[in-house]
Amino acid sequence: MGIITRISGPLVVADGMAGSKMYEVVKVGTRGLIGEIIQLRGSKAMIQVYEDTTGLKPNEKVANTGELLSVELAPGILGNIFDGLERPLEEIKRRCGDFVEKGIDIPSIDKGKKWKFVPTAKKGATLSEGDIIGYVQETPLIKHQIMVPYGVKGKLESIKGGSFKVEETIAVVRSGGGERKLSMLQRRPVRVAGRYSKRFKSDELLVTGQRVVDTFFPIAKGGTTGIPGPFGSGKTVILHSIAKYADSDVVVYVGCGERGNEMAEVLNEFPELKDPKSGRPLMERTILVANTSNMPVAAREASIYTGITVAEYFRDMGYDVSIMADSTSRWAEAMREMSARLEEMPGEEGYPAYLQKRLAEFYERSGRFEALGGGKGSISIIGAVSPPGGDISEPVSQGTLRVVKVFWALDASLAGARHFPSINWLSSYSLYKEGLARWYDKNGGPGFRDNVSKAMEILQREAELKDIVQLVGPDALPDSERAILEAGKIIREDFLRQSAFDEVDAFATIEKQYLMLGAIIKFAVQAQHAVSKGVPSSKLQEMKARQDISRMKFTENGKIAAEAQRIGSEMEREFESLIKGEE
Amino acid sequence: MAIIADVEYKTIESVYGPLVVVKKVSGAAYNEIVNIVMHDGSERLGQVLETASDYAIVQVFGPTAGIDVDKTSVRLTGETFRMGVSEGMLGRVFDGQGRPRDGGAEVIFDEKRDINGEPLNPVSRALPSDFIETGISSIDGLITLVKGQKLPLFSGSGLPHNELTAQIVRQARTRGSESNFAVVFAGIGITHDDADFFTDQFRSTGALSRTAAFINMADDPSIERILTPRIALTTAEFLAYGKGMDVLVILNDMTNYAEALRELSSAREEVPGRRGYPGYMYTDLSGIYERAGIIKGKRGSITQLDVVTMPGDDITHPIPDLTGYITEGQIFLSRELHNKGVYPPVNPTGSLSRLMNMGIGPGKTREDHRGVADQLYGAYAKAQEAGSLSSIVGEEALSEDDRRYLKFGSEFEKRFLSQDHGERRTIEETLSIGWDLLSSLPQRELTRIKPEYVKKYYKGE
Repeated sequence: MGIITRISGPLVVADGMAGSKMYEVVKVGTRGLIGEIIQLRGSKAMIQVYEDTTGLKPNEKVANTGELLSVELAPGILGNIFDGLERPLEEIKRRCGDFVEKGIDIPSIDKGKKWKFVPTAKKGATLSEGDIIGYVQETPLIKHQIMVPYGVKGKLESIKGGSFKVEETIAVVRSGGGERKLSMLQRRPVRVAGRYSKRFKSDELLVTGQRVVDTFFPIAKGGTTGIPGPFGSGKTVILHSIAKYADSDVVVYVGCGERGNEMAEVLNEFPELKDPKSGRPLMERTILVANTSNMPVAAREASIYTGITVAEYFRDMGYDVSIMADSTSRWAEAMREMSARLEEMPGEEGYPAYLQKRLAEFYERSGRFEALGGGKGSISIIGAVSPPGGDISEPVSQGTLRVVKVFWALDASLAGARHFPSINWLSSYSLYKEGLARWYDKNGGPGFRDNVSKAMEILQREAELKDIVQLVGPDALPDSERAILEAGKIIREDFLRQSAFDEVDAFATIEKQYLMLGAIIKFAVQAQHAVSKGVPSSKLQEMKARQDISRMKFTENGKIAAEAQRIGSEMEREFESLIKGEE
Repeated sequence: MAIIADVEYKTIESVYGPLVVVKKVSGAAYNEIVNIVMHDGSERLGQVLETASDYAIVQVFGPTAGIDVDKTSVRLTGETFRMGVSEGMLGRVFDGQGRPRDGGAEVIFDEKRDINGEPLNPVSRALPSDFIETGISSIDGLITLVKGQKLPLFSGSGLPHNELTAQIVRQARTRGSESNFAVVFAGIGITHDDADFFTDQFRSTGALSRTAAFINMADDPSIERILTPRIALTTAEFLAYGKGMDVLVILNDMTNYAEALRELSSAREEVPGRRGYPGYMYTDLSGIYERAGIIKGKRGSITQLDVVTMPGDDITHPIPDLTGYITEGQIFLSRELHNKGVYPPVNPTGSLSRLMNMGIGPGKTREDHRGVADQLYGAYAKAQEAGSLSSIVGEEALSEDDRRYLKFGSEFEKRFLSQDHGERRTIEETLSIGWDLLSSLPQRELTRIKPEYVKKYYKGE
């Protein structure tokens, strides 16, 4: 128990705190605001307070809890929306109305609700941490596996199925040290990375249904992506699209210091939207962590850790989990704000010198793993970065790019022309392409990778030719080069561009992506041939095939094969007759 | 309680900038409001910025001239900043601290509210989805404003943002229903001319009776600017959530607010962020902008139109930059269009409304709205490409398509973007002009509009 000696915004200094530990949670003041110790100096503790400190006075008390900042994990977590400290926002609303009050103590998980537990472990089995002892069918989509918590091992003395509250005993484990009762609830500290037995290579595609991503700049399951972009470049729309359509089992969406209306949008849309695989509402596989920009800044710093710890928990059950963090810049800024108040020596642009370390620690919690319990799961991290002025030479963007393997360069000029997703095809990259080669060969279709390289070559050539056109005008180009310009335009407008708001276009299966690109490349090749036979390039844009291709994006995934077939053969005939006309 | 808190300290140790350090104070609460009592008995308002066992740092919302270290005393009030609110504030003009400035009677208040507000629980937010028709084609057609949205006007010195704001206030309405509409105007560091312009506008159009205006003049103490937007928004929240009104809040000009924030930060000798603005400016601005919205199950809404003049027309300057990261889009005024004589000089390329999709489409505006807007955007971008090309190689060297786009571009600026100060166009008129323009392009170019709508509305061959 200590006494407050100084208050400056979210930073509180307390004296008489001997015996406290780093990152311990404390209750600050008479209202019991939640805080975390972030520095210890003798008997003095620096505390970052996760709630608004208005009205707090010196000499009020600070109480230790003895616990590190942790999250509660149990059935009931899916489909929920939490604040940065894992407090359920629906429940907060029920208790204190539309505005978030301070000092509310609400359990993360509903302790009163009963769940049907089905045991799978046998009595007498030898168990260790992470082993699965049974499950709860939490939603039709997700079997919530109940695991032995960290630090527990021994022989399973008893286990019972049936309907239980999350804190009730469902099993007893005996070891040399005595017996330990297990319930469906466990707690994990958020700042410590979860344990696992093995890491694997990332060689499976995370299908997102976004053509520019899956075909050109893919992310593997267990991979990391950074998306730096100025405001208005469509970061949030991309993250939403991926949260909706990615073929992950569980999605954790962290709204870190972003807009309240955006979270309202997610809350409004996701229950209505169906998972493309199962047809079930998306909320059944989604967990939202929302600390909007007007909520206390320190809890924003915690929200990223809360999110990744929840993701690890589901990974341990053997699920593929995606986590979207929008935006990691707000997280870094929260760090900077606390660092400044602690009067630490600032690094670049005022950020603390440990920024890079923290970024790396976060992204390194991704990967494909063999969990302690034997299941195989993965965590893919997609982090948005909001560089000031859109200039990615700043510390958060640079720190992120040093650790992530995929870079989607969002381009303000593309966004200005309403080319979405505004991922620049010339400056983005994905380091997973090589590792995914076998996946594409198996699942993409013959020549998939080949078509991708051809398309990239066309886009590259197009950019060069456009520079020339800027100087001398299009008339100076030979027809063969004008045909390349036309092909580039088709790739950009009819393949790379994709509407997140059109029901059909929003999600393209790998098959659809393959067939669309195939048709475009076929057009490009035949156009070159036709031009070499004397067909003027101006005829190309008038072709029916040209319009057929641009309509492909509005063709439903299920009907695309037949449509592609038709377009392909009609295109051949059209080119033949063009060439004949010239002879 | 009040008696215990009502303690006067004559222990001012230092005064610098807008700050006063008081020694031997214990028990000053963080963010508590204090009265600074001058030796002639007059009082000034202050707020505790930092408090410790033996000192408190107070910011003064007024001039620090005349404050001395021996005679001036500081009185703790035991309260955070709360202001009285009532419906009687409509039709009145106040100063930046919320005191009547129009010579009228004192307002009788219904209740007191904390000016900082409390964060709205994200699950309590209703998704904004009601189209607001401003009668301005560029905004309604391309950057649609939705009830409950916060949309700034990114402008520059000398651009007609005041005229445009006044026109929006005059013309804005939600369709279908005559709603209970009110305007809260916050002038933050504006000139006397601008203040007169707005009060005249409100008076002459009869808008004043449903307007509450809070005006901090350019020559008023700059620290008062920290209060003005908060006071305006607190009033707006009362009118919206307490009285069920649809409130349009105009914050003009947020650049002056940010300057005051920087002044305060540098007086506190804080580690500066970009260009001297404090590292917490994003959080601070969010506390203002995020107070726009609609609450589930309640009538009433707050829509914000915030004027931000970009220093040096630079959109990457920290003020517009951080604003853009918080607000739901922006209306971008362009000097180039202004110089060409286009009013309002809204440049669609830099503009965006993030909530547009919620407010448009069948039943709200029209089925083809999204497609038309996308196509106009795309075509205008191409027109500009063609324009820069033609300035190098000459118009004759352009392809036929490029020439069409070039023509489209100038027609678009003349017929779609431009309109009179008093002209109110319905959304149907706006879309119809859009189709007139698009019909000058070959039908095959309209790839962003669904084929069925092209069939229905396309007027070309």
